[in-house]
Amino acid sequence: MLSVEGLEAGYGRARVLFGISVTVEAGRLVCVMGRNGVGKTTLLNTIMGVLPATGGSVTFDGKDVTRLRPDERVRLGMGYVPQGHETFPQLSVMGNLMVTLEASAHRDQGAVEEALEVFPRLKPLLKRPAGFLSGGQQQQLAMARALVTRPKLLILDEPTEGIQPSIIMEIEEAIERLHATGLAMLLVEQYLDLALRLADGFVILDAGRVAHSGAAEELHGEHVHRLLAV
Amino acid sequence: MEGVLNQLPIGLSIGAVLLLIALGLTFTFGQMGVINMAHGEFIMAGAYTTYLLQGVGFLVALPAAFVVAGLMGLVLEWVLIRRFYGRPLDTLLLTWGVSLILQQLARDLFGAPNVQVLSPEWLRGGIGILPYNRLFIMALAVLSVVAIWAYQHRTAQGRRMRAVMQNRRLAATSGINTGRVDRLTFFIGSGLAGVAGVALTLIGPVGPALGTYYIVDAFLVVVAGGLGRLRGAVLAALGLGLLNSYAEFWTNASLAKVMVFVVIIGFLQLRPQGLFVLRTRALT
Repeated sequence: MLSVEGLEAGYGRARVLFGISVTVEAGRLVCVMGRNGVGKTTLLNTIMGVLPATGGSVTFDGKDVTRLRPDERVRLGMGYVPQGHETFPQLSVMGNLMVTLEASAHRDQGAVEEALEVFPRLKPLLKRPAGFLSGGQQQQLAMARALVTRPKLLILDEPTEGIQPSIIMEIEEAIERLHATGLAMLLVEQYLDLALRLADGFVILDAGRVAHSGAAEELHGEHVHRLLAV
Repeated sequence: MEGVLNQLPIGLSIGAVLLLIALGLTFTFGQMGVINMAHGEFIMAGAYTTYLLQGVGFLVALPAAFVVAGLMGLVLEWVLIRRFYGRPLDTLLLTWGVSLILQQLARDLFGAPNVQVLSPEWLRGGIGILPYNRLFIMALAVLSVVAIWAYQHRTAQGRRMRAVMQNRRLAATSGINTGRVDRLTFFIGSGLAGVAGVALTLIGPVGPALGTYYIVDAFLVVVAGGLGRLRGAVLAALGLGLLNSYAEFWTNASLAKVMVFVVIIGFLQLRPQGLFVLRTRALT
């Protein structure tokens, strides 16, 4: 589904990624972990084309997308929920969903209903400006927005960061349910226990390189905890 | 007393022209953050388009000027400005240069002296103190405000535009082709300047420097109204238009300009964010 080979990227002269390789097979949930500042968000941004790759390649669904614009990648089936529960604050909740739907490859109105089924909490809020929602509601909206495009791969950057605990549960459940439907996911997550519950595979980054990767069962033991300890 | 009343339609119509120009700027400056010094030359382009189409009919000139000025804006964005996003000072110098080039081009094409556009028959005369041409300009401004509002709030294209203005990166990662939206935004914003140019032919001569007379005031309108806010632009434009014409009426043109600037500076000291501001949780 997604194959990242030797990806390099950075900001200006500051290099952040030094040749990262990650693979997400169809239907698998891969979790990217690591301490603050090791390049997790940079990796996702480069995979989506928000940042240009200075080396390596990103292949999605058998197609080399390394040089495509972010919107082209979305239309190929890559859904992205960036860090920090971002929305279009002055558009209504429905407007947020519609503007994404209208830009999607399929434009099927049914996709909005499907996304709202995953996050029913949004249903009574459809007319509300997104900027007035709570952080947790905004995060659910952000995920619903990505679902509206009917992605083949969902990329989530710390979906539970800064969210009240009651909604973290709902988001975790939603991720589980989506995973159960066979949606492939690449997830950045700080909480080890959450990652352990959800992931099929993991990648641990350290200083812009892959320090460790493998199946979820291997995600125990001393060296893993050492890499994740703050 | 009659002189004071006579000044009212003049002030309102100048306000209406400022509003048309500022409407365009709320798109390119207020929403995209591009200081386009060549915006004034799109006004001039609209005015000269009207001049060239004099025989054809005034109502043809309106859409024609919109398209001519709009295309100029689109090309400017596509060729130059998009390479300088996030570099406001460079953009300012760049578009200033474009502005000078366009003014010289107008001088070469149409000559340095002003040209006169004859108002169409049906816009001569008036009701009482309200001349038809000034009424027409006001109606044009009202119509444009309504059209822009409807476009932004009632169409899919407009919604896409608002999404890009509110969060460009998120729009791109939501599947929106932001480059195309930028070009369209510039087309509409510049096209509105062209419409303002048509309006200006009704109240004065057309010359290569036409745009420079209005562009500074229009920027003031956008800043005083609150960046990118339609409501603010309307109030600020009418206020500035009236202030301008009454100050000129009671003093003279140069003193009036000084008074206007003093008022604006004072206002921005008290309310640096402009008349209207956006308040949402996410905008921190």
